[in-house]
Amino acid sequence: MELSPFYQDLFTSLNSGLLMSIALIVPSAMGGVLIGITAGAIRTYGNRFFRTIIDCYAAVFRGTPLVIQLFVLYFGLPNIGIYLTPYLAAVVGFTLCSGAYQSEYVRGALLSIKSGQYLGAQALGFTTFQTIVWIILPQAFRRAIHGCGNEIIYLIKYSSLAFIVTCIELTGAGKTVATEYFRFTEVFGIIGLYYLALVSLAIIILKKIEHRLFIPGFGHH
Amino acid sequence: MMTDKKPILRVTNITKSFGDITILKSVSIELAKGDIKILIGPSGGGKSTLLQCINCLVLPDSGEIELDNKRIHFTRKQDIYRLRQQVGMIFQDFNLFDHLTALDNITVALRKVKKMSKKEAEKRARLELKQVGLDDKEDLYPAQLSGGQKQRVAIARALAMDPKILLLDEPTSALDPTLIGEVISVIKELAIKGMTMIMATHQISLIHNLADEILFMEDGRIVEQGPPGALLAAGNTSKSQGFCDLLDKLSEVEE
Repeated sequence: MELSPFYQDLFTSLNSGLLMSIALIVPSAMGGVLIGITAGAIRTYGNRFFRTIIDCYAAVFRGTPLVIQLFVLYFGLPNIGIYLTPYLAAVVGFTLCSGAYQSEYVRGALLSIKSGQYLGAQALGFTTFQTIVWIILPQAFRRAIHGCGNEIIYLIKYSSLAFIVTCIELTGAGKTVATEYFRFTEVFGIIGLYYLALVSLAIIILKKIEHRLFIPGFGHH
Repeated sequence: MMTDKKPILRVTNITKSFGDITILKSVSIELAKGDIKILIGPSGGGKSTLLQCINCLVLPDSGEIELDNKRIHFTRKQDIYRLRQQVGMIFQDFNLFDHLTALDNITVALRKVKKMSKKEAEKRARLELKQVGLDDKEDLYPAQLSGGQKQRVAIARALAMDPKILLLDEPTSALDPTLIGEVISVIKELAIKGMTMIMATHQISLIHNLADEILFMEDGRIVEQGPPGALLAAGNTSKSQGFCDLLDKLSEVEE
């Protein structure tokens, strides 16, 4: 069975857009988690100077719309001589924004760890840094993982904003085809299904990670 | 008996306040190798704070701590880490690391603090678990252990660091009466092997059987001290005697 030219065009565009979306989401999600853990730890345990800086970072990136952050990165930075490609501007924007949100989940989890864990490590001669890295963070991460996963699911969907800085991913690719054929309902319906599939895949992967990290005493099994 | 021995730990005139409340008022203790001193007294008397000050989990406001005749400078982190490696601590609520198995609770400190190899650390950890009778539980997480087992893992973890002194802060107080026995017998074995200990406890059998000296703490001071034979002698009107009588009566009620 041969697909009509419209569908042939649509799926070719959407599939290449999907690859771009994945290329945006994967590094942004990983970078976001890394920044989130680091920033969350500094916001909880850092000295006043670093805490203030990172608090400001989180306040700015959680407090302003992502679209504006992307505009500044792509259209604003050239004013001071920094030129980012559309792809890079989008990844940097997503990573920083996601990291700011992740830091809040990580911070909440860090604060929920009982002080006895810290005392137990200190009493054995652990330095503060060793205590955080080897005792507190592994526990906090298990508590934060549901929130962090949720943020990654958000990220999958807000990655569609990349087309605003001319990075043609899933939504951008579909929109081009939709405008060309003037068939918006079908195109955006199908794009929706693509995102649904991406999110479902992410949920399966997150469940696998949760399962691997499971330890008796941390949540139900 | 103790006078001819050189003290390994000397705590002199430690004071500690939290805000307006003074918890410790110039407390001094000397400890020679093999000594077992038992802190008793009403709660709020400063027993826990004193123990936490001795390994600097709580920094004293003033006073001196000397370990092996070397003064610990409270402002030097290296001094404090060194002190803690040599002074083990057992907590009332165990403080096992919840995300690690019984074995890894012990190896993590050996590897990160003592920089042992994984193999070496596991060998040592298994030895210590065997000593406390838990060699078959090494793969279990704290959530899968009973209170008594948790406290025994905590003791094994502290001993694996080869401490010169062990501080025990009410090691049996959070335990079910049926589980106290197994922890007491581990502590008694330690005493037989000559471990130097300071222990806060209300466990009458530990006080009677182990103490070389009883320190009665009240209102931030050591108000009485002496060997149990003297303090707890029949007809003595010491505070310690009164307190232990009270504990005796309580344990009779329990039985």
